[in-house]
Amino acid sequence: MITPTLKRFGVGLALVIELLLFGIISPYFFTPDNLLNVSLQISITAIIAAGMTLVILTGGIDLSVGSVVACAGVLSAMALKTDVSFTVAMGLALLAGITLGAASGGAAGFFVTRFEIAPFIVTLALMTVWRGTAFVLTGGRPVWELPDGFSMLGGGRLLGIPIPSILMVAVFALIHVLLNYTRFGRYVYAVGGNAEAARLAGINTKRILVEVYTISGVLSALSGILLASRMNSGQPNAGIMYELDVIAAVVVGGTSLSGGRGTVIGTLIGSMLIGVLRNGLNLLNVGSYVQQIIVGVVILLAVLLDRVRT
Amino acid sequence: MRDIVKQYPGVRALDGVSFDLLPGEVHALVGENGAGKSTLMKILAGAIPGDAGVVELDGMEVHPKSPAAAQALGIGIIYQDFKLVPELTAAENILLGHEPVRRGFPFLDAGQIYRQARSVLERIGETFDVHTPVGFLTTAQRQMVEIAKALSRSVRILVMDEPTAPLTERETENLFRIIRNLRTEGVSIIYISHRLEEIFQVADRITVLRDGAVVATCPVAEATTADLIRWMVGREMEQEFPAVRRTYAGEILRIEHLSTGRLRDVSLSLHRGEILGIAGLVGAGRSDLARAVFGADPIDEGSLVLEGRPIHPRSPEEAIRAGIGLLTEDRNNQGLFLKRNVRENITISGLGRVAHRIFLDLKRERETAGRSVQQLRIKPPNPEAGVDTLSGGNRQKVVLARWLFTRARVMIFDEPTIGIDVGVKYEIYVLMNELARDGVGVIMISSDLPELLGLCDRIAVMCDGRMTGVLARGEATRENVMALATAFA
Repeated sequence: MITPTLKRFGVGLALVIELLLFGIISPYFFTPDNLLNVSLQISITAIIAAGMTLVILTGGIDLSVGSVVACAGVLSAMALKTDVSFTVAMGLALLAGITLGAASGGAAGFFVTRFEIAPFIVTLALMTVWRGTAFVLTGGRPVWELPDGFSMLGGGRLLGIPIPSILMVAVFALIHVLLNYTRFGRYVYAVGGNAEAARLAGINTKRILVEVYTISGVLSALSGILLASRMNSGQPNAGIMYELDVIAAVVVGGTSLSGGRGTVIGTLIGSMLIGVLRNGLNLLNVGSYVQQIIVGVVILLAVLLDRVRT
Repeated sequence: MRDIVKQYPGVRALDGVSFDLLPGEVHALVGENGAGKSTLMKILAGAIPGDAGVVELDGMEVHPKSPAAAQALGIGIIYQDFKLVPELTAAENILLGHEPVRRGFPFLDAGQIYRQARSVLERIGETFDVHTPVGFLTTAQRQMVEIAKALSRSVRILVMDEPTAPLTERETENLFRIIRNLRTEGVSIIYISHRLEEIFQVADRITVLRDGAVVATCPVAEATTADLIRWMVGREMEQEFPAVRRTYAGEILRIEHLSTGRLRDVSLSLHRGEILGIAGLVGAGRSDLARAVFGADPIDEGSLVLEGRPIHPRSPEEAIRAGIGLLTEDRNNQGLFLKRNVRENITISGLGRVAHRIFLDLKRERETAGRSVQQLRIKPPNPEAGVDTLSGGNRQKVVLARWLFTRARVMIFDEPTIGIDVGVKYEIYVLMNELARDGVGVIMISSDLPELLGLCDRIAVMCDGRMTGVLARGEATRENVMALATAFA
């Protein structure tokens, strides 16, 4: 029957249609250069979206991702300017950024579980805290003149494929395995589906929530470091409004905002849908303001398509 | 209603059902879970569309296409889970959807809302304050709000789905009084219930459904309980409870002077291989006791000793690890993961046994779930089926399978057979017996006295958060259990 198939592959189908459409309209679309370009452009937000998927699956939300991107980028850039060898500096940079991400996620999880404050509020507060921190640390100016090797992370290629794209695939593979083949993943779905039933079934719901927000924080930080690498500077105003693109990718990918239902592969498809759309519209020279409108409409349609049930 | 048909993918829920109702009649609708009672009523109440068949009111064909349309026709339905808004007051709930407005202005007439609500409640003899938010009312009072809701819309046909499930005996008597009054006023009532004794008390006629078809319709005077059971189940059921041949051994769990927010100095001893019942009125603290033992609620004072070792379960996780299981009262909201399938619901509390360290062994999990489904005769026998497609009785079996999978040494059942039909009830009793035979200590909380009397080795009775007495099989009677249950009431 058409409808069950549509239900399962709705978004994937939309993506295929989109790819074909742009492929026909623009001769440059299906060139390897362009496709790799698209994968690079979506990688930053897609990596964050993988973590966001986990959070939304538990019925929560993480609004702090954009600010973590900025603060992690700034911290890693600052670490790189310390007077040590490049390798040590890189190590410090990664450590500083990831630790910030983990700390942010851990704090979010703590306040959500210990005081039962809504995730929306907790992560909103963290959002402003980390943004402010980034500006305080940098005095409002970008941290630049970073060692040359740093830009290899975000700008380098392995076998012709951009490193961020490889990282993106690796992250999604990891999260996919986590969600579908581990006890942790099963518990995430349980907590999101019915938190009280999960507790009464013997699941440590508090620990699962803390772990989920921590992963989101770490992945946001990773993205922040990649972004800083691509811009070759730590910008305190990086990542502004990223949370919206990230949440859009997750929702378009079929994950329910109320939790308990969704897949991380869906999020990847959602990221691609939006990314391909932007790329295709660029190739067609559509102005960026008009692009905003079109992207918004497509997001709505994609979600409606996913809601189609007999 | 004539020749009503309703088809769902894979199952014919109603196969040409014909049902009639006389004015001022109480017509009981009985049948096993999944027989089609709720489906038929939902079609009547406009909640779901029928696929074929005709509905006639006063001889004229009608098409209740929506709940609003059905209400306009004078058809009201009170669902088992009341559809009330807890934050709104009783009066606001009663008038919800047809609030009176001030003449000429698009504003609500608050005074009228309260006046009308109060007058409707007085009609059924209730006097509680209509300004109370529904969230603060007792279950019985909420039911009164539901009835008032229907009456305020001049209902002529009122469907009541398992109305006495959450009520005490006194509240049930009150409900019956109201039903009889409504009948004299000319309102017809369709009464769905599993409690066969009540049907004989309150109904005029009975219709029995089985597997989507009408098996029998007759006046109540012409049927016996045995007839009903035979019609519902399709075979003779010799006994209501499995034979008890049990000797129980040493003590497995000792509860000593337990006090929590709702419990006061409760002490109890449970033996290996024993089925210990806990009786009491709603609010006596039975579920609170279960939750405290299970680590779901914090303990203020007292101690627990399991198999000789003191334990302090601070969470259900710890309790399960210690070997205690709790089948909660509310299987849909506190037990099942309705968005997941049968397999996942069965294994969730014991994933360690189908995993290698952090990775799940999906093959072993599927095999385990398959065995459970067969062992408990879960219908349909498909572990990959979504649990939300299962009937109430089968859902309960899934939860049971989950706890069996944890191999708990102490198993607490909180109202295990509520809302479940006779056939599955018996299967659950047999299962509990088998557990006891295997040496598990079984605690059964139930509001169904015959059930407790028929199944338990001892019955502990609670009242107002305290343990008022323990009666052994043979000395326990309806009367003395009731006496202990109302000792402080």
